[in-house]
Amino acid sequence: MSRVRVLVGTRKGAFVLTGDGKRDRWEVDGPHFGGWEIYHIKGSPADPNRIYASQSSGWFGQVIPRSEDGGKTWEPVGNEFVYDGEPGTHQWYDGTPHPWEFKRVWHLEPSPDDPDTAYAGVEDAALFRTTDGGKTWQELAGLRGHGSGPKWQPGAGGMCLHTILLDPSDANRMFIAISAAGAFRTDDGGDTWQPINRGLRSEFIPEPTAEVGHCVHRIAMHRSRPKVLFMQKHWDVMRSDDGGDSWHEVSGNLPTDFGFPIDVHAHEPDTVYVVPIKSDSEHYPPEGKLRVYRSRTGGNEWEPLTKGLPQQDCYVNVLRDAMATDTLEPCGVYFGTTGGQVYASANSGDSWTPIVRDLPPVLSVEVQSLA
Amino acid sequence: MIRVVLPAHLKTLAKIGSEVELEIAGPVTQRSVLDALEQRYPVLRGTLRDQVTQRRRDFLRFFACEQDLSHESPDALLPEAVASGTEPLLIIGAVAGG
Repeated sequence: MSRVRVLVGTRKGAFVLTGDGKRDRWEVDGPHFGGWEIYHIKGSPADPNRIYASQSSGWFGQVIPRSEDGGKTWEPVGNEFVYDGEPGTHQWYDGTPHPWEFKRVWHLEPSPDDPDTAYAGVEDAALFRTTDGGKTWQELAGLRGHGSGPKWQPGAGGMCLHTILLDPSDANRMFIAISAAGAFRTDDGGDTWQPINRGLRSEFIPEPTAEVGHCVHRIAMHRSRPKVLFMQKHWDVMRSDDGGDSWHEVSGNLPTDFGFPIDVHAHEPDTVYVVPIKSDSEHYPPEGKLRVYRSRTGGNEWEPLTKGLPQQDCYVNVLRDAMATDTLEPCGVYFGTTGGQVYASANSGDSWTPIVRDLPPVLSVEVQSLA
Repeated sequence: MIRVVLPAHLKTLAKIGSEVELEIAGPVTQRSVLDALEQRYPVLRGTLRDQVTQRRRDFLRFFACEQDLSHESPDALLPEAVASGTEPLLIIGAVAGG
Protein backbone atom coordinates (compact mmCIF):
# COMPACT_ATOMS: atom_id res chain seq x y z
CA MET A 1 0.00 0.00 0.00
CA SER A 2 1.43 3.36 -0.99
CA ARG A 3 1.84 6.16 1.51
CA VAL A 4 2.79 9.79 1.32
CA ARG A 5 4.84 11.88 3.67
CA VAL A 6 4.28 15.62 3.58
CA LEU A 7 7.16 17.67 4.96
CA VAL A 8 6.05 21.07 6.19
CA GLY A 9 8.36 23.93 7.17
CA THR A 10 6.84 26.74 9.22
CA ARG A 11 7.88 29.91 11.00
CA LYS A 12 8.05 27.98 14.27
CA GLY A 13 9.13 24.46 13.46
CA ALA A 14 8.73 21.49 11.12
CA PHE A 15 5.87 19.04 10.87
CA VAL A 16 5.75 15.62 9.23
CA LEU A 17 2.30 14.59 7.98
CA THR A 18 1.96 10.95 7.00
CA GLY A 19 -1.01 9.82 4.93
CA ASP A 20 -2.27 6.55 3.55
CA GLY A 21 -2.58 5.88 -0.18
CA LYS A 22 -6.07 7.31 -0.29
CA ARG A 23 -4.73 10.43 1.37
CA ASP A 24 -7.72 10.79 3.64
CA ARG A 25 -6.19 9.63 6.95
CA TRP A 26 -3.28 11.53 8.37
CA GLU A 27 -0.88 11.41 11.29
CA VAL A 28 0.70 14.66 12.35
CA ASP A 29 4.15 14.61 13.94
CA GLY A 30 5.77 17.78 15.29
CA PRO A 31 6.79 20.39 15.91
CA HIS A 32 10.38 19.47 15.31
CA PHE A 33 12.81 22.32 16.06
CA GLY A 34 10.07 24.24 17.85
CA GLY A 35 10.62 27.98 17.77
CA TRP A 36 12.99 27.90 14.77
CA GLU A 37 12.14 28.95 11.23
CA ILE A 38 12.16 25.99 8.86
CA TYR A 39 12.49 27.53 5.43
CA HIS A 40 12.64 24.15 3.69
CA ILE A 41 12.70 20.44 4.37
CA LYS A 42 13.19 17.87 1.63
CA GLY A 43 13.91 14.15 1.34
CA SER A 44 16.43 12.39 -0.87
CA PRO A 45 14.84 10.67 -3.87
CA ALA A 46 17.61 8.06 -3.61
CA ASP A 47 16.88 7.29 0.05
CA PRO A 48 13.51 8.65 1.21
CA ASN A 49 14.42 8.20 4.87
CA ARG A 50 17.29 10.68 4.41
CA ILE A 51 15.81 14.15 4.88
CA TYR A 52 17.57 17.50 5.04
CA ALA A 53 16.12 20.60 6.71
CA SER A 54 17.02 24.26 6.88
CA GLN A 55 16.64 25.37 10.50
CA SER A 56 17.38 29.03 11.11
CA SER A 57 16.72 31.83 13.53
CA GLY A 58 17.34 35.55 13.70
CA TRP A 59 19.02 34.91 17.04
CA PHE A 60 21.09 31.81 16.43
CA GLY A 61 21.75 31.66 12.70
CA GLN A 62 21.73 28.57 10.53
CA VAL A 63 21.62 24.88 11.44
CA ILE A 64 21.22 21.97 9.01
CA PRO A 65 19.57 18.95 10.64
CA ARG A 66 19.49 15.61 8.86
CA SER A 67 17.22 12.65 9.49
CA GLU A 68 17.97 9.02 8.65
CA ASP A 69 14.59 7.66 9.67
CA GLY A 70 12.07 9.60 7.67
CA GLY A 71 11.89 12.59 9.98
CA LYS A 72 11.38 10.88 13.34
CA THR A 73 14.79 11.87 14.71
CA TRP A 74 17.32 14.44 13.61
CA GLU A 75 20.99 15.25 14.06
CA PRO A 76 22.66 18.51 13.08
CA VAL A 77 25.30 18.27 10.36
CA GLY A 78 27.44 21.08 8.92
CA ASN A 79 26.34 24.69 8.97
CA GLU A 80 29.39 26.46 7.62
CA PHE A 81 28.41 28.30 4.43
CA VAL A 82 31.44 30.37 3.45
CA TYR A 83 31.54 32.17 0.13
CA ASP A 84 34.40 31.15 -2.11
CA GLY A 85 37.27 33.66 -2.14
CA GLU A 86 36.62 37.36 -1.72
CA PRO A 87 32.80 37.61 -1.57
CA GLY A 88 32.63 40.95 -3.38
CA THR A 89 29.53 43.13 -3.44
CA HIS A 90 26.02 43.24 -4.83
CA GLN A 91 23.68 46.22 -4.97
CA TRP A 92 21.91 47.27 -1.81
CA TYR A 93 18.36 48.65 -1.83
CA ASP A 94 19.72 52.17 -2.31
CA GLY A 95 21.94 51.13 -5.20
CA THR A 96 25.19 51.22 -3.23
CA PRO A 97 27.58 48.24 -3.21
CA HIS A 98 26.93 45.89 -0.30
CA PRO A 99 29.14 42.97 0.71
CA TRP A 100 27.79 39.48 0.25
CA GLU A 101 26.75 38.15 3.69
CA PHE A 102 25.36 34.71 4.41
CA LYS A 103 21.96 34.87 6.16
CA ARG A 104 20.11 31.57 5.72
CA VAL A 105 19.37 28.59 3.51
CA TRP A 106 16.12 29.00 1.59
CA HIS A 107 16.01 25.77 -0.38
CA LEU A 108 17.63 22.33 -0.20
CA GLU A 109 17.64 20.10 -3.27
CA PRO A 110 18.92 16.57 -2.71
CA SER A 111 20.48 14.74 -5.67
CA PRO A 112 18.18 12.26 -7.41
CA ASP A 113 20.72 9.45 -7.18
CA ASP A 114 23.12 10.09 -4.30
CA PRO A 115 21.78 10.62 -0.76
CA ASP A 116 25.03 12.33 0.28
CA THR A 117 24.81 15.00 -2.41
CA ALA A 118 22.52 17.98 -2.05
CA TYR A 119 22.39 21.59 -3.16
CA ALA A 120 21.56 24.58 -0.98
CA GLY A 121 20.24 27.90 -2.25
CA VAL A 122 21.11 30.64 0.18
CA GLU A 123 20.61 34.33 1.01
CA ASP A 124 22.64 36.38 0.03
CA ALA A 125 22.20 34.57 -3.24
CA ALA A 126 24.60 31.74 -3.89
CA LEU A 127 24.52 28.01 -4.55
CA PHE A 128 26.32 25.51 -2.32
CA ARG A 129 26.77 21.77 -2.67
CA THR A 130 27.54 18.99 -0.22
CA THR A 131 28.84 15.58 -1.25
CA ASP A 132 29.26 14.21 2.27
CA GLY A 133 25.71 14.25 3.55
CA GLY A 134 25.75 17.85 4.71
CA LYS A 135 28.90 17.79 6.84
CA THR A 136 30.64 20.30 4.59
CA TRP A 137 29.33 22.70 1.97
CA GLN A 138 31.21 24.22 -0.96
CA GLU A 139 30.04 27.15 -3.04
CA LEU A 140 29.56 26.74 -6.79
CA ALA A 141 31.12 30.13 -7.20
CA GLY A 142 30.75 30.35 -10.96
CA LEU A 143 27.18 31.54 -10.44
CA ARG A 144 28.09 34.68 -8.51
CA GLY A 145 31.19 35.03 -10.66
CA HIS A 146 29.38 34.96 -13.95
CA GLY A 147 29.65 38.74 -14.24
CA SER A 148 26.31 40.23 -13.36
CA GLY A 149 26.60 39.56 -9.60
CA PRO A 150 27.52 43.15 -8.69
CA LYS A 151 24.19 44.26 -10.29
CA TRP A 152 21.96 41.87 -8.34
CA GLN A 153 19.65 43.52 -5.86
CA PRO A 154 17.56 42.04 -3.03
CA GLY A 155 13.79 41.81 -3.24
CA ALA A 156 11.68 42.75 -0.24
CA GLY A 157 12.25 39.28 1.21
CA GLY A 158 16.01 39.43 0.81
CA MET A 159 18.34 38.41 -1.99
CA CYS A 160 17.61 34.72 -1.94
CA LEU A 161 18.36 31.81 -4.21
CA HIS A 162 15.07 29.98 -3.75
CA THR A 163 14.66 27.59 -6.68
CA ILE A 164 16.94 24.73 -7.75
CA LEU A 165 15.87 22.39 -10.55
CA LEU A 166 18.06 19.45 -11.51
CA ASP A 167 17.55 18.26 -15.08
CA PRO A 168 16.71 14.54 -14.83
CA SER A 169 17.99 13.92 -18.36
CA ASP A 170 21.32 15.71 -18.01
CA ALA A 171 23.32 15.64 -14.78
CA ASN A 172 25.30 18.68 -15.87
CA ARG A 173 22.26 20.90 -16.36
CA MET A 174 20.67 22.86 -13.51
CA PHE A 175 18.33 25.80 -13.31
CA ILE A 176 18.21 28.22 -10.40
CA ALA A 177 16.28 31.40 -9.65
CA ILE A 178 17.10 34.40 -7.51
CA SER A 179 14.96 37.25 -6.23
CA ALA A 180 15.56 39.74 -7.67
CA ALA A 181 18.18 38.75 -10.21
CA GLY A 182 16.30 36.23 -12.33
CA ALA A 183 16.85 32.71 -13.65
CA PHE A 184 20.18 31.11 -14.52
CA ARG A 185 21.27 27.84 -16.10
CA THR A 186 24.43 25.78 -16.04
CA ASP A 187 25.27 23.12 -18.62
CA ASP A 188 28.55 22.02 -17.07
CA GLY A 189 27.59 20.90 -13.58
CA GLY A 190 27.74 24.33 -12.01
CA ASP A 191 31.12 25.63 -13.16
CA THR A 192 29.69 28.30 -15.44
CA TRP A 193 26.25 29.90 -15.63
CA GLN A 194 24.24 32.04 -17.99
CA PRO A 195 21.20 34.19 -17.27
CA ILE A 196 18.06 32.83 -18.96
CA ASN A 197 15.66 35.77 -18.80
CA ARG A 198 14.99 36.58 -22.46
CA GLY A 199 11.30 37.28 -22.89
CA LEU A 200 10.72 38.40 -19.32
CA ARG A 201 9.38 41.90 -18.94
CA SER A 202 9.42 43.66 -15.56
CA GLU A 203 8.05 47.17 -15.45
CA PHE A 204 9.49 47.76 -11.98
CA ILE A 205 13.10 47.86 -13.21
CA PRO A 206 14.61 50.69 -15.24
CA GLU A 207 15.15 48.51 -18.31
CA PRO A 208 12.12 46.18 -18.35
CA THR A 209 13.78 43.55 -20.55
CA ALA A 210 17.21 43.65 -18.90
CA GLU A 211 19.37 40.54 -18.81
CA VAL A 212 19.16 40.41 -14.98
CA GLY A 213 17.06 42.10 -12.31
CA HIS A 214 13.79 40.19 -12.68
CA CYS A 215 11.96 39.03 -9.59
CA VAL A 216 11.39 35.38 -10.46
CA HIS A 217 9.28 33.75 -7.75
CA ARG A 218 9.39 30.10 -8.80
CA ILE A 219 10.17 27.76 -11.69
CA ALA A 220 8.81 24.25 -12.24
CA MET A 221 9.31 21.45 -14.77
CA HIS A 222 7.96 18.00 -15.50
CA ARG A 223 10.68 15.39 -15.29
CA SER A 224 9.66 13.82 -18.62
CA ARG A 225 10.09 17.11 -20.47
CA PRO A 226 12.90 19.08 -18.87
CA LYS A 227 13.21 21.66 -21.63
CA VAL A 228 9.75 22.97 -20.85
CA LEU A 229 9.82 25.31 -17.86
CA PHE A 230 6.98 27.15 -16.16
CA MET A 231 7.66 30.30 -14.18
CA GLN A 232 5.67 32.36 -11.72
CA LYS A 233 7.29 35.76 -11.94
CA HIS A 234 6.50 38.62 -9.57
CA TRP A 235 3.84 39.49 -12.12
CA ASP A 236 3.25 37.17 -15.10
CA VAL A 237 3.14 33.42 -15.52
CA MET A 238 5.68 32.43 -18.16
CA ARG A 239 6.66 29.36 -20.16
CA SER A 240 9.84 28.32 -21.93
CA ASP A 241 10.03 25.52 -24.48
CA ASP A 242 13.78 25.69 -24.97
CA GLY A 243 15.32 25.21 -21.53
CA GLY A 244 15.02 28.86 -20.62
CA ASP A 245 16.60 30.35 -23.74
CA SER A 246 13.37 32.26 -24.31
CA TRP A 247 10.12 32.78 -22.44
CA HIS A 248 6.57 33.71 -23.41
CA GLU A 249 3.68 34.71 -21.23
CA VAL A 250 0.91 32.17 -20.51
CA SER A 251 -1.07 34.11 -17.89
CA GLY A 252 -4.13 33.92 -20.15
CA ASN A 253 -7.41 34.23 -18.24
CA LEU A 254 -5.99 34.23 -14.70
CA PRO A 255 -7.76 36.78 -12.46
CA THR A 256 -4.33 38.13 -11.53
CA ASP A 257 -0.94 36.89 -12.66
CA PHE A 258 0.85 37.79 -9.43
CA GLY A 259 1.65 34.85 -7.16
CA PHE A 260 4.40 32.76 -5.68
CA PRO A 261 4.26 28.96 -6.26
CA ILE A 262 3.89 27.09 -9.51
CA ASP A 263 3.93 23.34 -9.92
CA VAL A 264 3.32 20.63 -12.52
CA HIS A 265 1.10 17.54 -12.33
CA ALA A 266 3.14 14.35 -11.80
CA HIS A 267 1.66 12.50 -14.80
CA GLU A 268 0.46 15.26 -17.13
CA PRO A 269 3.30 17.53 -18.28
CA ASP A 270 0.88 20.20 -19.53
CA THR A 271 -1.14 20.39 -16.30
CA VAL A 272 0.11 23.30 -14.23
CA TYR A 273 -1.00 24.85 -10.93
CA VAL A 274 -0.71 28.41 -9.61
CA VAL A 275 -2.31 30.36 -6.78
CA PRO A 276 -3.20 33.87 -7.96
CA ILE A 277 -2.62 36.59 -5.39
CA LYS A 278 -4.21 40.02 -5.66
CA SER A 279 -1.08 42.15 -6.00
CA ASP A 280 2.45 42.67 -4.82
CA SER A 281 1.26 45.01 -2.08
CA GLU A 282 -1.80 42.92 -1.15
CA HIS A 283 -0.51 39.44 -0.48
CA TYR A 284 -3.87 37.69 -0.30
CA PRO A 285 -6.24 36.08 -2.79
CA PRO A 286 -8.54 38.31 -4.87
CA GLU A 287 -12.09 38.70 -3.50
CA GLY A 288 -11.15 36.81 -0.32
CA LYS A 289 -11.48 33.51 -2.24
CA LEU A 290 -8.68 30.98 -2.02
CA ARG A 291 -8.47 29.49 -5.48
CA VAL A 292 -5.87 27.27 -7.07
CA TYR A 293 -5.88 27.68 -10.83
CA ARG A 294 -5.13 24.73 -13.08
CA SER A 295 -4.22 24.76 -16.73
CA ARG A 296 -4.46 21.51 -18.65
CA THR A 297 -3.04 23.14 -21.76
CA GLY A 298 0.39 24.20 -20.56
CA GLY A 299 -0.85 27.70 -19.77
CA ASN A 300 -3.15 30.41 -21.15
CA GLU A 301 -6.39 28.57 -20.34
CA TRP A 302 -6.93 28.32 -16.59
CA GLU A 303 -9.77 26.96 -14.46
CA PRO A 304 -10.40 27.82 -10.82
CA LEU A 305 -10.30 24.95 -8.32
CA THR A 306 -12.43 25.89 -5.34
CA LYS A 307 -14.08 22.77 -3.92
CA GLY A 308 -13.12 22.52 -0.27
CA LEU A 309 -11.23 25.82 -0.22
CA PRO A 310 -12.58 28.89 1.61
CA GLN A 311 -14.54 31.10 -0.79
CA GLN A 312 -15.14 34.05 1.48
CA ASP A 313 -13.15 36.17 3.92
CA CYS A 314 -9.88 34.37 3.18
CA TYR A 315 -6.77 36.55 3.28
CA VAL A 316 -3.88 34.14 3.52
CA ASN A 317 -0.91 33.86 1.19
CA VAL A 318 0.78 30.80 -0.31
CA LEU A 319 4.54 31.18 -0.41
CA ARG A 320 6.82 30.09 -3.23
CA ASP A 321 8.04 26.81 -1.77
CA ALA A 322 4.70 25.85 -0.24
CA MET A 323 3.22 23.69 -3.04
CA ALA A 324 4.06 20.14 -4.08
CA THR A 325 2.67 17.17 -6.01
CA ASP A 326 2.95 13.46 -5.25
CA THR A 327 3.38 10.69 -7.82
CA LEU A 328 0.43 8.54 -6.83
CA GLU A 329 -2.50 7.86 -9.15
CA PRO A 330 -4.41 10.11 -9.27
CA CYS A 331 -1.86 12.80 -8.61
CA GLY A 332 -2.01 14.47 -5.20
CA VAL A 333 -1.49 18.22 -4.88
CA TYR A 334 -0.60 19.96 -1.61
CA PHE A 335 -0.12 23.52 -0.48
CA GLY A 336 0.33 25.40 2.78
CA THR A 337 -0.77 28.90 3.71
CA THR A 338 0.50 31.72 5.85
CA GLY A 339 -2.60 31.04 7.97
CA GLY A 340 -1.24 27.63 8.96
CA GLN A 341 -3.46 25.40 6.85
CA VAL A 342 -2.06 22.58 4.73
CA TYR A 343 -4.55 21.54 2.05
CA ALA A 344 -4.40 18.26 0.15
CA SER A 345 -6.13 17.14 -3.01
CA ALA A 346 -6.10 13.43 -3.86
CA ASN A 347 -7.67 14.05 -7.28
CA SER A 348 -5.37 16.43 -9.13
CA GLY A 349 -6.97 19.48 -7.56
CA ASP A 350 -10.66 18.75 -8.20
CA SER A 351 -11.37 18.93 -4.47
CA TRP A 352 -9.40 19.83 -1.37
CA THR A 353 -9.40 19.04 2.33
CA PRO A 354 -7.21 20.49 5.04
CA ILE A 355 -4.78 18.03 6.63
CA VAL A 356 -4.12 20.54 9.41
CA ARG A 357 -5.64 23.96 10.00
CA ASP A 358 -3.70 25.70 12.72
CA LEU A 359 0.03 25.42 12.19
CA PRO A 360 2.33 28.45 12.34
CA PRO A 361 2.65 30.27 8.99
CA VAL A 362 3.73 27.69 6.40
CA LEU A 363 6.97 28.43 4.56
CA SER A 364 7.39 25.23 2.56
CA VAL A 365 5.64 22.00 1.61
CA GLU A 366 7.28 18.96 0.04
CA VAL A 367 5.83 15.50 -0.45
CA GLN A 368 7.38 12.08 -0.69
CA SER A 369 5.53 9.17 -2.33
CA LEU A 370 6.47 6.02 -0.44
CA ALA A 371 6.02 2.37 -1.37
CA MET B 1 35.73 25.98 36.51
CA ILE B 2 33.77 28.41 34.35
CA ARG B 3 29.99 28.26 34.39
CA VAL B 4 28.00 29.22 31.29
CA VAL B 5 24.22 29.49 30.92
CA LEU B 6 22.86 29.25 27.37
CA PRO B 7 19.49 30.32 25.89
CA ALA B 8 16.86 27.59 25.97
CA HIS B 9 16.97 26.90 22.21
CA LEU B 10 20.73 26.35 22.27
CA LYS B 11 20.44 24.07 25.31
CA THR B 12 18.01 21.98 23.28
CA LEU B 13 20.24 22.04 20.20
CA ALA B 14 23.34 20.97 22.14
CA LYS B 15 21.39 18.62 24.46
CA ILE B 16 22.57 20.48 27.54
CA GLY B 17 20.64 20.25 30.79
CA SER B 18 21.19 23.46 32.74
CA GLU B 19 24.62 25.05 33.07
CA VAL B 20 27.77 24.12 31.21
CA GLU B 21 30.97 23.83 33.22
CA LEU B 22 34.21 24.40 31.35
CA GLU B 23 37.89 24.22 32.26
CA ILE B 24 39.79 27.09 30.66
CA ALA B 25 43.58 27.04 30.51
CA GLY B 26 44.93 30.59 30.38
CA PRO B 27 43.11 33.92 30.43
CA VAL B 28 39.33 33.73 30.85
CA THR B 29 37.87 35.89 28.10
CA GLN B 30 34.74 35.81 25.95
CA ARG B 31 36.85 34.31 23.17
CA SER B 32 38.45 31.60 25.30
CA VAL B 33 35.11 30.66 26.85
CA LEU B 34 33.34 30.47 23.47
CA ASP B 35 36.26 28.54 21.97
CA ALA B 36 36.02 25.98 24.78
CA LEU B 37 32.25 25.86 24.51
CA GLU B 38 32.34 25.23 20.74
CA GLN B 39 35.06 22.62 21.16
CA ARG B 40 32.90 20.69 23.63
CA TYR B 41 29.71 21.23 21.61
CA PRO B 42 30.61 21.64 17.90
CA VAL B 43 26.92 22.06 17.04
CA LEU B 44 27.08 25.52 18.63
CA ARG B 45 29.55 26.76 16.00
CA GLY B 46 27.87 29.56 14.11
CA THR B 47 25.02 29.95 16.58
CA LEU B 48 26.78 32.33 18.99
CA ARG B 49 29.14 34.11 16.63
CA ASP B 50 29.56 34.38 12.91
CA GLN B 51 31.49 31.50 11.37
CA VAL B 52 33.73 33.82 9.37
CA THR B 53 34.07 37.07 11.30
CA GLN B 54 33.72 35.49 14.76
CA ARG B 55 31.60 38.49 15.76
CA ARG B 56 28.85 38.01 18.34
CA ARG B 57 25.52 37.43 16.67
CA ASP B 58 23.47 40.62 16.79
CA PHE B 59 20.60 39.30 18.93
CA LEU B 60 22.75 37.70 21.62
CA ARG B 61 24.12 39.42 24.71
CA PHE B 62 26.72 38.42 27.27
CA PHE B 63 25.85 39.27 30.89
CA ALA B 64 27.68 38.52 34.14
CA CYS B 65 27.77 39.99 37.63
CA GLU B 66 24.87 42.30 36.72
CA GLN B 67 26.89 43.86 33.90
CA ASP B 68 26.37 43.84 30.14
CA LEU B 69 29.69 42.66 28.71
CA SER B 70 28.43 42.39 25.13
CA HIS B 71 30.42 45.31 23.84
CA GLU B 72 33.66 44.44 25.61
CA SER B 73 36.54 43.21 23.50
CA PRO B 74 36.35 39.44 23.03
CA ASP B 75 39.86 39.34 24.45
CA ALA B 76 39.09 41.38 27.60
CA LEU B 77 39.30 39.44 30.84
CA LEU B 78 35.92 38.41 32.24
CA PRO B 79 35.15 39.40 35.86
CA GLU B 80 37.03 37.47 38.54
CA ALA B 81 33.76 36.04 39.84
CA VAL B 82 33.21 34.40 36.44
CA ALA B 83 36.80 33.20 36.18
CA SER B 84 36.51 31.61 39.63
CA GLY B 85 33.14 30.02 38.91
CA THR B 86 31.33 32.01 41.58
CA GLU B 87 29.09 33.63 38.98
CA PRO B 88 28.01 32.20 35.59
CA LEU B 89 28.46 33.87 32.23
CA LEU B 90 24.93 34.36 30.95
CA ILE B 91 24.38 34.18 27.19
CA ILE B 92 21.02 35.79 26.56
CA GLY B 93 18.82 35.87 23.49
CA ALA B 94 17.53 39.39 22.95
CA VAL B 95 13.87 40.03 23.68
CA ALA B 96 13.01 40.94 20.11
CA GLY B 97 10.36 39.95 17.63
CA GLY B 98 8.33 36.75 17.34
